[in-house]
Amino acid sequence: MTSQAIKNGAKPVIKCSSVYKVFGENAKKLLAKSNGRVDAKIFKDAGCVVGVNNASFEVYEGEILVVMGLSGSGKSTLLRCISRLTDTTAGDIFIDGQDLLAMTSKQLIELRRSKMGMVFQNFGLLPHKTILENIAFPLQVKGKSTDDSVKRALEMVKLVGLDGRENYFPRQLSGGQQQRVGIARSLAVEPDIWFLDEPFSALDPLIRKEMQDEFLRLQGVLNKTILFVTHDFNEALRLADRIAIMKDGVIEQLDTPANIVLCPATEYVRKFTEEVPREKVLKIESVMDPAVDASLLGPLQVSNGAIIYTVAEAILTEPKHVAVINTRGEVVGSIHSAKIISMLFGQGNATHEKV
Amino acid sequence: MKLLKNHPKYVHFIALLTVFFLLCLTVTPNETNILWRLPPLFAGLPGSINGFAEHLMYDWFPVEIYDPELEEYETSALVRELTRGFSRGVLFCIEFVREILLGGVKTIVVFTSWDFVGDNKWAVWPALPWTVVSGGVMLLGYALRGKALALLAGLATAYIAIFGQWEPAMETLSFVLIAAPVSCLLGLFLGAVAYKSKAAETILMPLLNVAQTMPHFSYLIPVMVFFGVGDHAGAIATIIFATPPMIRLTLLGLKRVSLEVIEAGAMNGCTNAQMMFKVLIPTARRDILIGTNQVIMQCLAMAVIASFIGAKGLGFNLLLALNQLRIGQALELGICIVLIAVVLDKLSLAWANKQTDYFADYRFVQRHKYGIFFLVFLVACVMLSVLGKFIFAGGINYFHLIPHNQGITTELFWQSGVDWMVENWYRGLQTFNNWLIIDVLMPMKTAYLGMPVSATFVLVMGIGFIIGGLRSALIVGGLLLFIAFTEWWDRALITAYMTSFAVLVSALIGIVVGSLCAQNSFASKLILVVCDTLQTFPSFIYLIPVIMLFGVTDTSVLIAVIVYATIPAVRYTVEGLSSVPATLQDAGSMAGVNKLQRWVNIEMPLAFPHIMLGVNQTVVFALFMVIIGAMIGTDDLGQYILKALSDKNGIGNGLMLGLCVAFLGLAVDHLIRTWADQKKVALGMA
Repeated sequence: MTSQAIKNGAKPVIKCSSVYKVFGENAKKLLAKSNGRVDAKIFKDAGCVVGVNNASFEVYEGEILVVMGLSGSGKSTLLRCISRLTDTTAGDIFIDGQDLLAMTSKQLIELRRSKMGMVFQNFGLLPHKTILENIAFPLQVKGKSTDDSVKRALEMVKLVGLDGRENYFPRQLSGGQQQRVGIARSLAVEPDIWFLDEPFSALDPLIRKEMQDEFLRLQGVLNKTILFVTHDFNEALRLADRIAIMKDGVIEQLDTPANIVLCPATEYVRKFTEEVPREKVLKIESVMDPAVDASLLGPLQVSNGAIIYTVAEAILTEPKHVAVINTRGEVVGSIHSAKIISMLFGQGNATHEKV
Repeated sequence: MKLLKNHPKYVHFIALLTVFFLLCLTVTPNETNILWRLPPLFAGLPGSINGFAEHLMYDWFPVEIYDPELEEYETSALVRELTRGFSRGVLFCIEFVREILLGGVKTIVVFTSWDFVGDNKWAVWPALPWTVVSGGVMLLGYALRGKALALLAGLATAYIAIFGQWEPAMETLSFVLIAAPVSCLLGLFLGAVAYKSKAAETILMPLLNVAQTMPHFSYLIPVMVFFGVGDHAGAIATIIFATPPMIRLTLLGLKRVSLEVIEAGAMNGCTNAQMMFKVLIPTARRDILIGTNQVIMQCLAMAVIASFIGAKGLGFNLLLALNQLRIGQALELGICIVLIAVVLDKLSLAWANKQTDYFADYRFVQRHKYGIFFLVFLVACVMLSVLGKFIFAGGINYFHLIPHNQGITTELFWQSGVDWMVENWYRGLQTFNNWLIIDVLMPMKTAYLGMPVSATFVLVMGIGFIIGGLRSALIVGGLLLFIAFTEWWDRALITAYMTSFAVLVSALIGIVVGSLCAQNSFASKLILVVCDTLQTFPSFIYLIPVIMLFGVTDTSVLIAVIVYATIPAVRYTVEGLSSVPATLQDAGSMAGVNKLQRWVNIEMPLAFPHIMLGVNQTVVFALFMVIIGAMIGTDDLGQYILKALSDKNGIGNGLMLGLCVAFLGLAVDHLIRTWADQKKVALGMA
């Protein structure tokens, strides 16, 4: 989607340039002295911890950017800088072209009430309010009438599939259900920008998978601009339009899932990709060869957006080259079973390379 | 050398004790010897405080005040007028609640005049029949918790009414009903301020520490100076005394609200006020309500003590009965106070633990069923009491209100019991009493008084240094130095001797009883309930039975102190032992330990830091009780505080003495807490 978005000249909804977040007393002074070259070790000796180190990127309208990193990598801190839950030490952040860091607290409240929604790892529900009241909370805070906010909240309850439980209290729901409430609440004010901070990390693996599907379904309907934080590389691959991989506050690589798997920029990123079964991540288009003469092609055709794993068997049973077509049915390339075999078992597969 | 390397702390301790005893033996007791006693540098301080208070009350910032009765302007000090106005306000509130419960004319007088009330005989607010109050409390108990609590509330109120203590009980209640809400709101406000501002927290915390270790009496004197004597003064002293725990628990509750809930609030666009009232306070509801519970308990604990400065009610009558040595009556009154305390404690805890209900689909009648039921009940009871007028024609209307001391009484029974005990047990008790005083207490007292001040400082600061380094040594040294510079160092030593004797016995009993009870889950549950109940008794109550047995002596005070101070020791021992991780217990079982080995090798080492925190509580409880014991005659700091109370210029002395007691408590508190925290970290249990 991103590549298309950039091609179509879509405007960036979130724009960060040289964002730094340093914890500690003399953070500002130290940062001013360092001229933008931050060495975590020097800062640590001065009693400061570097949370985010020179982050610059853009998130486009309708895009899902997943920030991936292990604990302590600064991914949640980056998210909190962009939602201004923590103050940024240096750099600029623009939301829809507005300077976020220059906003007064009044403007900030207004922005959050109208444009931003956020989902939290441990749900952050208010224990003394029912599901319905929790979902209606952002609307009530905004000053909407009780009738309107209850009506809207009921719609949201339906959207996340919690009908019939609206009068329960959070403590009476399972973790997955609580997170559905968290999602419904964050969407109640119809925000343009949706922040999700490890939303599924506190859930069991099966529920997590179910919630990821739910998330993709919702995004299919709503088409928000999303910043999604996770420590799970597979989750990132599943959900992302683009992935930013962070380590020690630095964004190591920011690219599409396919590019990250195919050409990891650093040794650190490569380690993540090692264990990833490429056939389950990559699309045909990222491994296909240029189109060959029509006489060499067999009767089989595959879509360029298909994940390799889903069409591998069909391609392997076809002795001739297979045509790759795009959504309009035009042939954009070709692929041969030999390629698939080398993909699955040969040099091309990093998993086996190491053995 | 090897010993020094392996156990440096033991060597330090031995060296410390050697120096201590050397000093004790070598320093000559001589008033001019600075090593023996420090000169009372602060002797003039109480005078200055008195002067300052007087200046504030009578001279500072004169203002012109219009006196409507004399119809002319008068010059008066600002502070005096402010405190007067405040007193009047508080008094009006107390009278108002009191007259709702007991009837009267004062509220009507406030809005009209005495002449109006004199001319119109109908202008009297009628008393509420006791059945209404009783039923109301039962209903509340049922709504908050269920049948058991309703039954308890019903029995307690019936007892109070039938035994003819309804009027003083309602007087006490009216005073609690004003003091408690004010304390709660004030505590909530200050707690919220401390949460919001780091600076406010840094200022408040040491003040709270001192406030919670100052003996109750010390609050009475400044209040008396600034607000005079009466119900309002009692209420104000109570408010000052009851607010600190509320501040603490509010702050604790707010701090425990998870960061994510706060962030969720911020992302939903809450303003500061919305954040506080819609997110933080409701989420911290339980801790804050536990604070409310603490406030109510403190109010009742003060009920007796506030009667020293004129608060009416059960406490006042109890004090009177004790002074006349009418033990039977004192016991009945004591039971009334305990019953009120237990019922209010259970009600407020039930409220704290109750989850919010949701009323979405209820109709009006369902939603307000308790309110409607109460109204019906009210009408029925009023009708009953009118009916009672005819049934008990000429006599007492038992359905309306049983006048003071005209109900059933068991006084004679108790009195004869006491007489019987005195007759039959006198010799035994007296022998024990004499032995304790002559062979134990006197030598101990002499030993404490024979300690040169230099030796005391070396010992205490040395312990501080070994436990917490230079910082701790300086803190405890500083606290003691304040006491040493006052004129009351000897009195403080006597207080210390009584407290340390009581703490030793209490801790011993507490640890033994606690350890025995912890062996069995039923016994530990039972003992915790007993501790809970005993802890709701206002401290003063403990004096009644011991006076019954031992008369007015040091022994009585000590036994009361020991009983009272044993409660936290038992409780913390049980809690500490039962919080030993199950995996460690299992590991012990698989290693084949027997009960004693388990206790010595597994449970005790792990639970000991927590038990020491219990001992810390024991010290504070014992200090409080020793001071209260002064009322029945001891010669420690408490006695001097009492004297200050009856002195017109007592404010300076009272405050200084209060601080002396507080600093004694804080020094011990600091040492034990530092040690326990370190130990908990070392054991990985913090």
